Amino acid sequence: MRWSNERRSVAPAPHRPSRGRLVPAAGAFATAILLASTLLLYSSPEEKRVTIYSNAANYSLPVLERNGDEYVGLLEVFEPLGVVSAKVNGPHWKFRYYDVESEFTAGKTRARIHGGDYDLPSAFLLDNQRGLVPLSCLGTLLPRILGGPVTFNQNSRRLFIGNVAVHFTAQVSKTTPPKLVMNFTAPVNPSIATEPGELRMAFNHEAVVAPGSQALTFDSKIIPSASFQENNGAAEVVVAASVPLMASFTNNGRTIIIEPVPQATAPPQTAAPAQPPQIAAVAPPPSAPPTPAVRHYFVVVDPSHGGAESGASLTDQLAEKDVTLAFARRLRQELELRGIATLLLRDGDITLTLDQRASLTNSARPAIYLCVHAASQGNGVRVYSAVVPAGTENHGPFLSWDAAQTPFQLLSRSAGSGLVRSLQSKQIQARSLIAPLRPLNNITTVALALEVAPSSDDVSQLISPAYQQAIAGAIATGVADFHDRLEAAR
Amino acid sequence: MIPRHLIIAVAILLAITLGMGFYALRMRARVDRTDASAANTQPVAPPVSGSSEQVTLYVAYDDAGVLRPKSVRITLPTGRQERAAEILRALLTLYLDKFSPHPLGRGSEIRDVYLVDPGLAVIDLNAAFADNHRSGVLVEELSVVSLVQTLSANIPGITRVKILVAGNERETLAGHADLSNFFDVPAVTQAVAQLQNTQ
Repeated sequence: MRWSNERRSVAPAPHRPSRGRLVPAAGAFATAILLASTLLLYSSPEEKRVTIYSNAANYSLPVLERNGDEYVGLLEVFEPLGVVSAKVNGPHWKFRYYDVESEFTAGKTRARIHGGDYDLPSAFLLDNQRGLVPLSCLGTLLPRILGGPVTFNQNSRRLFIGNVAVHFTAQVSKTTPPKLVMNFTAPVNPSIATEPGELRMAFNHEAVVAPGSQALTFDSKIIPSASFQENNGAAEVVVAASVPLMASFTNNGRTIIIEPVPQATAPPQTAAPAQPPQIAAVAPPPSAPPTPAVRHYFVVVDPSHGGAESGASLTDQLAEKDVTLAFARRLRQELELRGIATLLLRDGDITLTLDQRASLTNSARPAIYLCVHAASQGNGVRVYSAVVPAGTENHGPFLSWDAAQTPFQLLSRSAGSGLVRSLQSKQIQARSLIAPLRPLNNITTVALALEVAPSSDDVSQLISPAYQQAIAGAIATGVADFHDRLEAAR
Repeated sequence: MIPRHLIIAVAILLAITLGMGFYALRMRARVDRTDASAANTQPVAPPVSGSSEQVTLYVAYDDAGVLRPKSVRITLPTGRQERAAEILRALLTLYLDKFSPHPLGRGSEIRDVYLVDPGLAVIDLNAAFADNHRSGVLVEELSVVSLVQTLSANIPGITRVKILVAGNERETLAGHADLSNFFDVPAVTQAVAQLQNTQ
C-alpha cells in the first residue's frame, strides 16, 4: 500500500538506512524461499496460442498439450470460416465443412478427407467429444479441406489463409527531428508501449508479416534501427531510439509515424504571476544527445482514456474514449484554424497511462493543457482545474510530481473561467469547478479538464458534429482570447 | 354415448388441474418475492446505542450537479471513530434509498472509518461501492467530496482524508476521481463551495 507521494517525487531519494545484520543462515534461507516463490510465480509459461488470419476473420485459439504434442480443436479452427458441423459415433468423429466431409478416428493417424486418405503426424484425439488434431498438420490439412493456399509459420504459430498478409515499409525521413514512417498495406491498430530506448508495437490481430529482413537499420542516430519479431501468434515491431518516442496514426490507420517526443531546447522563462521554477522532471537525461529544435506547441489536447481503457460507457454502443478522441480532433482543427499550434496526445485507439500523459505534456512545454472527458449526466461543459493533494510540497527547484501544478493553479483557474465565459457567450451551458482529477496535478503548465455532456437528455448529441463543433469553436476562441496571458506565463 | 360417470370424473380432474395450476402460479410468485428480499445486499446497520444528535450531511444531487447541506437527527455512539462511521452510513442510507438524489451501486457500504491523529481520517469503502459506481468526472467527484465534507464537517480536527477500497489503495473511484492521494480538507471545502452553485 502506498501511503505517501514520495514514489513519484523528483527529488533524489534519500538513502535507506541499513536494516542491520541478519543471521546468515536465516538470511540465506529467507532468500532461497523468496527466490523459489518468485520463480514459481513468474515462471508459469504463457498460454500457447495459434492465430489464424483470413478474409473472413482474424482469430486466436488456445493450443493444448497432449501426449507431448501440441494440439488444436479442429471445429474451432473452421467455425469462424464458414458452415461447419461435427458428429461423434463411437471412436469416429465426422466433420463437415460446407460440402467437404472428413472422418477421423480417435487414436489413429489415418483420416479420410473428401474421399481421400490423409495421414496426421500424430494420432487424432477425442477430448470430451471435441476433435483435436496436431498443430503441425494445419499447414497441409487446411488446404485439403478449404481447397486454397495456406501459409503456416509453426514457430510463431501464425497461419495465413489466402492472400491476407499485411506488408509494410519503413523509412526514416531526413527531417529534423527524424521521423520513422511506416506504411502498411491495410489499416492496423497495434498496442503501443514505450520503454527506455525503444517503442514496441504489438500486432495481435493483424496479419502483419516481416519485410525483407527482420532487422531494419536506418541512417539516423536518433532512430538507428527497428526489428520485427513473431511469437505465440502475434507479431511485434520494436523501434530502438536514443530519445523517447511517440507514435501517431494517419491515412486511416495505414501509416504510423514515429517521432521523438517534442522537447524544448531553451529553459522556461519564469514570469509573473506564477514564477514557475525550472523543472527537473522534464529535463532530458544527461546521457541523451542534444535534441534538435522542434515545433513549439502552444496547446496540448489530451483525449482521455483510449485503448484497453474505455472510460465511461455513455450508452451500450458508445464509449467515452471514442467521444473524447472525436472531440479532441475537432478541437485541434478549431485551434489550428486560429493559428494555434496544437499537439494531440493520442490520435488513435492507444493506451496511455496518466503518468505518460503528464510526461509527454511536460516534455512538450505547451502554454496550456486541455484534457477532454465526456459524460452522459448533466448538461453543457464542465471546466475543471486541479485540486492538489494534501501532503505534497515542492522543494526549491524541484517539483513534487503530485504537486507540480501548484505554481500554475491560479492561472489555470483564471483560464478556466475564461473558457466558461467563452462557452456561455455561445449559449452553451458551462461551469467552472475544481476536481481531484489526474493528471491535472502533474502538469507543469496551465491545465484544465473539459467534461462535455449533452445539452439535453439525448446522449447521442455527444457525437453530433454540430454540437461538437459549437463547443470546440467556443473553447478555441476562449484559448485565443487568453493567448497573451498564457504566453507571458510560459 | 359417453357414460355419465366418466364425464363427471373428467370434469373433476379438469377442475383439480386448473386449481393446481393456479396454486402453482401463486407459489411461484411468492418464491420470486422471497428471492428478491434475500438478494438485497443493502447493509444492515448494527444497533447503535447512544443519544440522538443533529448532524449535517452534504448530499449530492445529480440533476443539478450540486452538493447541499442537510440536517438530520441520528443516534450516534460515544466513540469518535464509531461516530464518524455512523455519520457516513447515514449519508449512504440516503444514497441507497429508492428516491436517491445520487444513486450508488447496489451493496455500497462503508466498511470502516479510522481516525489517525493528528488530523487524518481514513475511509474504507467496500469493493461494491467503487465497482458499481457510475463513471464520470462530476458524478465521481460528488461522491468523494460528499463523503469528505460530511466527515470533516461533523468530526472536528480532520485536515486530511484518505479513501481506501476494500482496505487497499485504488487509483480512481470509477476511472476519474483520483483516490491515490490524500484529500486536503480546505481544498475540498473550496470544491464544495463551487458545487453549491449551479453556475
